[in-house]
Amino acid sequence: MRMSRYILVGMLLGFILYKSEAVSWFRIYEMFRFQSFHMYGIIGSAVVSGIIIVQIIKRRHLRNVEGEEIVIRDKNQSIPRYLIGGAIFGMGWSLAGACPAPMFILLGSGHTVFVVYLLAGMTGTYVYGLLRKRLPQ
Amino acid sequence: MKEFLQQLQQFIAEPWPWYVAGPLLALVMFILLWFGHEFGISDNFRLMCAADGADRMNEFFKIDWKSGGWNMMVALGAVFGGYLVSHYFLGPQGDIAHISSATVQQLNEMGIPVKEGAVPMVPSFISWESLFTWQGWLIIAGGGFLVGFGARYAGGCTSGHAISGLSALQLPSLIAVIGFFSGGLFMTYVVIPLIFPIK
Repeated sequence: MRMSRYILVGMLLGFILYKSEAVSWFRIYEMFRFQSFHMYGIIGSAVVSGIIIVQIIKRRHLRNVEGEEIVIRDKNQSIPRYLIGGAIFGMGWSLAGACPAPMFILLGSGHTVFVVYLLAGMTGTYVYGLLRKRLPQ
Repeated sequence: MKEFLQQLQQFIAEPWPWYVAGPLLALVMFILLWFGHEFGISDNFRLMCAADGADRMNEFFKIDWKSGGWNMMVALGAVFGGYLVSHYFLGPQGDIAHISSATVQQLNEMGIPVKEGAVPMVPSFISWESLFTWQGWLIIAGGGFLVGFGARYAGGCTSGHAISGLSALQLPSLIAVIGFFSGGLFMTYVVIPLIFPIK
């Protein structure tokens, strides 16, 4: 089945974030206290490798499995949206010590209480959908 | 052969240093681009809302959630990955986060009792029992709500902005990451010290 390859990618993601301890509340707290290079190393080396990969994709006009050229769409320009939305996200990230990917990974590791986080996250997304037109974009 | 597999298991079970994890995350992003998709885990919140019927209530959720099936499969794979690591790849030290001694000391001063070298991956205040305290609700449900709201408002989370967006040199993603850090620093330095210790 075509979908099974995405399950494998997700499993790889699970291994990376679990074994590097990025799923840990304590690692996120440590990062925001600037007490270790670890999380900055993960994000920094991911971005440096990512920049190289994206540049190769663009310059070589690499194609995806469907045979189409890989295009990375530019994100819409706005400041308040990214700054305010980002700050709200950051508050939740530091409080719960987990962003969406670690939440799924920890659910699988047996910390079923993250179901509450998942439902709260869906509620947050839903409330955003309701308020969207009244928020600065 | 069996011995080789055991060695492989032990090798994977060691804690992974940052310089292994970071490039592998970029590889995940590349594999998804190669499959024709952009890395972004928080979109699953919207897909799940739509799949649960929100697509009939609000136009923001009028999306063909089935076309996001690939992303929900990535999330499902992450659940499987978490299961496998916690059952077969923890290593001799167990489910430990190797945080710095400065952080351990800081946590102790704040009233979170942890011992260096024995800090659990998930703290005890993230559990079903802690939902009997207001702090537990704030951390788990409040944190989840803010993440779900903020990620959609900002158009992405750590995977979509900090990794994919910065890799593609997107200025909006840099602004979003600055936002992540301002919100995170405010919580860490101002709010978190007020909610501990949990009595």
